[in-house]
Amino acid sequence: MTLLRRRFDTLILGAGGAGLNAALQLANAELQVAVVSKVFPTRSHTVAAQGGVNAALANVLPDNWHWHMFDTVKGSDYLGDQDAIEFMCREAIPTVYELEHNGVPFSRLDNGKIYQRAFGGQSQNFGGEQAARTCAAADRTGHAILHTLYQQNIRARTHFFDEYFAIDLVHDAEGVVLGALVLDIASGVPLLIEAKTTLIATGGCGQVFRTTSNARINSGDGMAMALRAGIPLQDMEFFQFHPTGIAGKGMLITEGVRGEGGYLINSDGERFMERYAPNAKDLASRDVVSRAILTEVWEGRGCGPQRDHVLLKVDHLGEAIIAKRLPGIRESAKIFAGVDPVSEPIPVFPTAHYVMGGIPTDRYGQVVVPVKNGAEDVIPGLYAAGECACASVHGANRLGGNSLLDILVFGRAAGQHIIQYIAETPFHRTMDESSVDQAMARLDRWQRTGDGPTVRELREAFRKVMEDHAGVFRTEEGMQAGYQQLCALRDQLPDVRLRDQSQQFNTARIEALELENMFDVGIAIAVSALHRRESRGAHSRPDYPERDDMQWMKHTLYFREGDTIDYKAVRTKPLTVQSFPPKARVY
Amino acid sequence: MQFRVYRFNPEQDEAPRMESFEVAVERGMMLREALLSIQQQDESFAFRHSCGEGVCGSDGVNVNGRNRLACITPVAELSAPIEVRPLPGRPVVRDLVVDMSQFYRQYRSVDPWLQRNDPLPEQEILQSPAQRDQLDGLYECIMCGCCSTACPSFWWNPEKFLGPQALLTAARFLADSRDEASGARLRALDDPFKLFRCHTIMNCVEVCPKGLNPTKAIGHLKAKMLKESI
Repeated sequence: MTLLRRRFDTLILGAGGAGLNAALQLANAELQVAVVSKVFPTRSHTVAAQGGVNAALANVLPDNWHWHMFDTVKGSDYLGDQDAIEFMCREAIPTVYELEHNGVPFSRLDNGKIYQRAFGGQSQNFGGEQAARTCAAADRTGHAILHTLYQQNIRARTHFFDEYFAIDLVHDAEGVVLGALVLDIASGVPLLIEAKTTLIATGGCGQVFRTTSNARINSGDGMAMALRAGIPLQDMEFFQFHPTGIAGKGMLITEGVRGEGGYLINSDGERFMERYAPNAKDLASRDVVSRAILTEVWEGRGCGPQRDHVLLKVDHLGEAIIAKRLPGIRESAKIFAGVDPVSEPIPVFPTAHYVMGGIPTDRYGQVVVPVKNGAEDVIPGLYAAGECACASVHGANRLGGNSLLDILVFGRAAGQHIIQYIAETPFHRTMDESSVDQAMARLDRWQRTGDGPTVRELREAFRKVMEDHAGVFRTEEGMQAGYQQLCALRDQLPDVRLRDQSQQFNTARIEALELENMFDVGIAIAVSALHRRESRGAHSRPDYPERDDMQWMKHTLYFREGDTIDYKAVRTKPLTVQSFPPKARVY
Repeated sequence: MQFRVYRFNPEQDEAPRMESFEVAVERGMMLREALLSIQQQDESFAFRHSCGEGVCGSDGVNVNGRNRLACITPVAELSAPIEVRPLPGRPVVRDLVVDMSQFYRQYRSVDPWLQRNDPLPEQEILQSPAQRDQLDGLYECIMCGCCSTACPSFWWNPEKFLGPQALLTAARFLADSRDEASGARLRALDDPFKLFRCHTIMNCVEVCPKGLNPTKAIGHLKAKMLKESI
């Protein structure tokens, strides 16, 4: 059967906030845009973002982008690139106004301006009083933004390929990306989409851990595609565990709860964050709060019959505030924890939430790879934005409210750069058929029948090893053992067989392709973590408890070929302001 | 616990059938986890799901006769025998997966985006908290399709009647103080079918997993239209 082919100016993989904001710029510029998404766009995981998006609008308290920049650099534990961070914090302001103009139903202040709440790690005046920087639509900000962006893309007549799964990038011998091979899930028929540029906006990979706030779809597909194309992943050891997942389940309870005045208590009823972060308390950075919760539990002050979690107290805020500002988490707490936060505290425990690392890009979203002697080159026509990318604005730890910001700012920036790129490079290149065959082989492999482990068995074993060995605290011994186990599981991957060989809406086949992606990305996390012998941000090693700027203030690059590691320098020079030199990070 | 699930694989089956599975039910288990457990027993069993917390809207199914989101439906609330079927009235693609394209077309047909003619301010368009409150109960829709596929008027006239979801969306934009296309929006609904086929049966209200009230929104649309025509 001949392979179906379609041609577009530009291809976007993923329909979350990054993909849709890029698509909107491109469709508004009258380019032919194809957006490929393995789920209907409004099901993308941006929809689950709760608390809000940071921008120094100063609607509630004094603020400016430079303070936001300082907080982000400090929050990153000085591993973020300061040029990209300056760019993001400046762009935050017009980006949020543009979203509002596009229709996002932000909550409002009495003067009619956008409501902003306090979030962790925010300060006025470079480390002073708490700031209120997070623009919110109740506690459903991601939903409000994603739906609005989808709506605007309908207006702009973006081409959507809903429920198409991207199998692999297609590139020529020079490494120029020519598009992607995708699979129509409903029919099971592959399709080759040729494009002058390709944007990877496939989101995160939280599914590599057993307990996670991430959706089933967050299997790191785009990151794995990049790895298979020979592109390294940057800073993958930095994985954020959100302090307040519903205990034992992992669903997210937004930091906005603490921003609105909620706080954590242990089995003694003590507000324990006062001991760990005397100033910021419950609004310390997420890595700090997650470690504090684990320490409380390990030292025997956990709550519940198993003493395995802590409690998030909200009832003192009163029903009116909870109903107005936190309606979604009230609903989640009732459904999944069986408690109404109006009268009872919510049992919480850290949950795998966000990958700071990803496909290395510059601040225009162009994918960059090392050449020789520390220099970098862009891969022409290939872009990445959102959680799958690493610009790097989050460094070793992301601040709450900076994730929606990252996807929107860099989705938009990538879109704008693509417009320029296509103006300069107006023609499609010749398709490389051997690369198409290679992508096709990835699909054909799953036609092998016979006995062997099932996808589900290997998937669950893998996620457990990741959780046990690459979690909040990491030791040399634990990680070595974990890496060995992961390698043993990876060796079984070629033996896995699909029982279901049908074509139409074969979800087992999609899970198999996702499993391969999860292995690639999970092992990138494990190997990167094993090599970094210091504690920085979310990467916490009791055997190397200090941050070591002399040796380790550098980005990790993981390559799939032979599980190898390389490093590159942190960009400490901002665009226009003075650099923030590394300082001890206290909250 | 026994679950009976709807099975149809277009490549193998001439007609749909119900198949029984035994699932070990744990405390606090949601229907989605039970469906995953069935999938573990038979990987060819297909259903859509993703976030697992009731925000992505992927896993609308019909359980014991009622449309619900599997991920926020506690198994403990369901009485045996538990029967899980695809959302009614839509063509079945496979097992619990239905073709939702008509539902999405109706959504797109109401021009579901904010429309402004005035020049945009440098900052946000101002909106008072009271004006913003008008959007509550309208903007939270997750497009799971539970409402429209529970609506008899939508079953009979899916091409002509917009259905509760699309009408709720129309009401969301008409209620937004920032939108400047009210006249055109109301005129577009002025048709014997699009809006007026709603017979206030209220199935949509009963099944909405987000507790929204499309019937009330439709009532507001009708009232607005009446006011406009006078």
